Amino acid sequence: MSTEVREAPRDPEAPQDSVGGTLRSGRGRLADPVFKWVVAACGTIVLVILALMVVRTTAEAWPVFAKEGFFGFLFGDTWDPGTSRTEITGTYSAWPFIYGTLVTATIAIAIALPLAIMVSVYLTHMAPRRIAKPLSYTVELLAAVPSVIFGLWGLHWFLPNVLRPFFDALEGALGWFFLFEGPVRGVGYLPAGIVLAIMILPIMTAIIREVIAVQPLDQQMAGYALGSTRWEVITKVVLPSGFSGIVAAAMLGLGRALGETIAVLMLIGGSQSWGASLFGTGSSMASHIAATFGESSPESRIALMAIGVALFLVTMIVNILARVIVWRLGQTTGDSAV
Amino acid sequence: MRNGRSKLAVLAAIPLLATACGGGGGDTGDGSDGGGGDLSASLTGAGASFPDPLFQDWIYTYSNDVQPGVSINYQSVGSGAGVEQFLEQTVDFGSSEEPLSDEDLAAASEARGCEAVQFPVVFGAVVIAFNNPDLDGLVLDAETIAGIYSRDITTFDDPAIAELNPDMELPGDEIVPVHRSDGSGTTYVFSHYLSTEVDSWASEYGEGKELDWADGLVGGQQNDGVAQGITQNPGGLGYVNQSFAQEAGLSVAQIVNEDGNPVAPTLEATIAASEEAEIPENFQFAIDDIGGEGYPIAGSNWIFTYTCGYEQAGADAIIDFWTWALTDEGARELAGELGYAPLGEELTDRVVAELEKTNSENAAGDSGADEGADS
Repeated sequence: MSTEVREAPRDPEAPQDSVGGTLRSGRGRLADPVFKWVVAACGTIVLVILALMVVRTTAEAWPVFAKEGFFGFLFGDTWDPGTSRTEITGTYSAWPFIYGTLVTATIAIAIALPLAIMVSVYLTHMAPRRIAKPLSYTVELLAAVPSVIFGLWGLHWFLPNVLRPFFDALEGALGWFFLFEGPVRGVGYLPAGIVLAIMILPIMTAIIREVIAVQPLDQQMAGYALGSTRWEVITKVVLPSGFSGIVAAAMLGLGRALGETIAVLMLIGGSQSWGASLFGTGSSMASHIAATFGESSPESRIALMAIGVALFLVTMIVNILARVIVWRLGQTTGDSAV
Repeated sequence: MRNGRSKLAVLAAIPLLATACGGGGGDTGDGSDGGGGDLSASLTGAGASFPDPLFQDWIYTYSNDVQPGVSINYQSVGSGAGVEQFLEQTVDFGSSEEPLSDEDLAAASEARGCEAVQFPVVFGAVVIAFNNPDLDGLVLDAETIAGIYSRDITTFDDPAIAELNPDMELPGDEIVPVHRSDGSGTTYVFSHYLSTEVDSWASEYGEGKELDWADGLVGGQQNDGVAQGITQNPGGLGYVNQSFAQEAGLSVAQIVNEDGNPVAPTLEATIAASEEAEIPENFQFAIDDIGGEGYPIAGSNWIFTYTCGYEQAGADAIIDFWTWALTDEGARELAGELGYAPLGEELTDRVVAELEKTNSENAAGDSGADEGADS
């Protein structure tokens, strides 16, 4: 878009016009640079706000990093807050929370992504118009439900009535496998991840649906003309060409899953331990901050800031990884992925 | 660091100020349904969530029936945040489940330019609740509770529990201990009790508002999360404050106190505990080594104010409100109904005397009033 704006004055006729009719086009000549500066300022504000947040939280958290060491803070597994007002006396390391964040977000994406793709395909290609409209509204309505409602519903109804029996069966069948090792306590990584999946489903569905809806019809028609089945057209034509959009949707969903606080807090069973079993209890970074901030001592508040910095880092790394994946796959499939 | 904290406090206070301003205007003019009070002020307080149900009831009754001109906004942001906001002087009074330490008091007087006052207003017990109603009245002592929470005792028919309950049919269920996952004064009272009574607990887990719990425990967000953890696991066992257990109708354990008496967590037993406790002049105390008829796992809630810097109307309202809450018969009954124990008579007199030091050193009458009461 920016190239278009810049190219316009270079039009062969434009310079003549601007030399001859300064007065007439004066307004347009002023509007252009002003608009450019306003837009540039808006773009910069985002960067400035982000930079301020990162710098400020890092500066606040510095005493903890100084005591624990940067990697010691990230990969140690003891969180034992002290109560001092002036110095750092406890032991602070965030690995249990980083692990909890990554595990719940992974569960959420693993469930929500295939589901969102299938819902989108159904809405755009299969569902009769009469059903498609209300159904897509319903999915979008899900996005408007506050996360505390998901948490309450998850804890009071979904967990005891639906998930608990399912978990018990899962543990009975696959208990020998380290991911599903008992005991089942109800709350834990898995219920938190499953409810997260429901929460990120609407935003992912909305984007993927649009991406699929705008795929050129002639390509699909060409597919059908070559004798492809509907399954082949969707999996070989529609989904591959919408690949970058689908990844973008997954990244947005992942962003929400990494940062979600209240629903995770209510369902993850908040403890400072961590373990491989998905039935185990733990805590995510955001939920641990929310859970302990109100009652934190001055020094543990500094350590909570440090978790905030770690959350920034994790989110950034995950985003960069996702970009790299899109870029690499885009190269191999010849897709014009951004 | 200091600067950063003040920013945090301001952030936390924004919704508080907004509601304070919003509520103040509407309530003060409407005195038609209330009694004939002559005070007029708008107060803000922040702190512990443990006494919040009681404080909200007190405030409602007080500003409707006693002093319609006074509106009070109490935000249960947590003890830690309550202390911070009090030290940053963004609220008129703070509240916490722990007394201010000497370090905190020094920070307070440095910030305000005068001493801070602290006094207890109510007592509460922490109870051990469980899922199985057949176990109502199960007798436990500090050692067995510590054993359960450090996973040394994993079933209800463990010999240590059986010894305390010779007449009870104990099931072989696995015990699933549930703890608060959020930082909480309830956890502080609970872990303080175990640390005082059991040496191995003190060295391994210690006391605090959050602990590094043993593996295999279940965490619950707030009292409600703990209750869900208890009821959704067959052998669920957890600690919650007495008022919550009373409201939720949970089965609770009797705890063996210092004199070897198993005591059920009743209001009378909590009052007995508060009378057993030795309370020093400076009100920095914890309720330890309770014997007699007292229930041993008990805590208190402190209110903090300053000796200067309030506008006169604001200071009058603070003193009047807390005096009413501590001495009025209706207010004390309200506390009992909600499962909190009001202070004993002698202690009440001492606390009221301490409370009246609020704003007593305010020589100029308006020094620092910009950050005090905004009546």
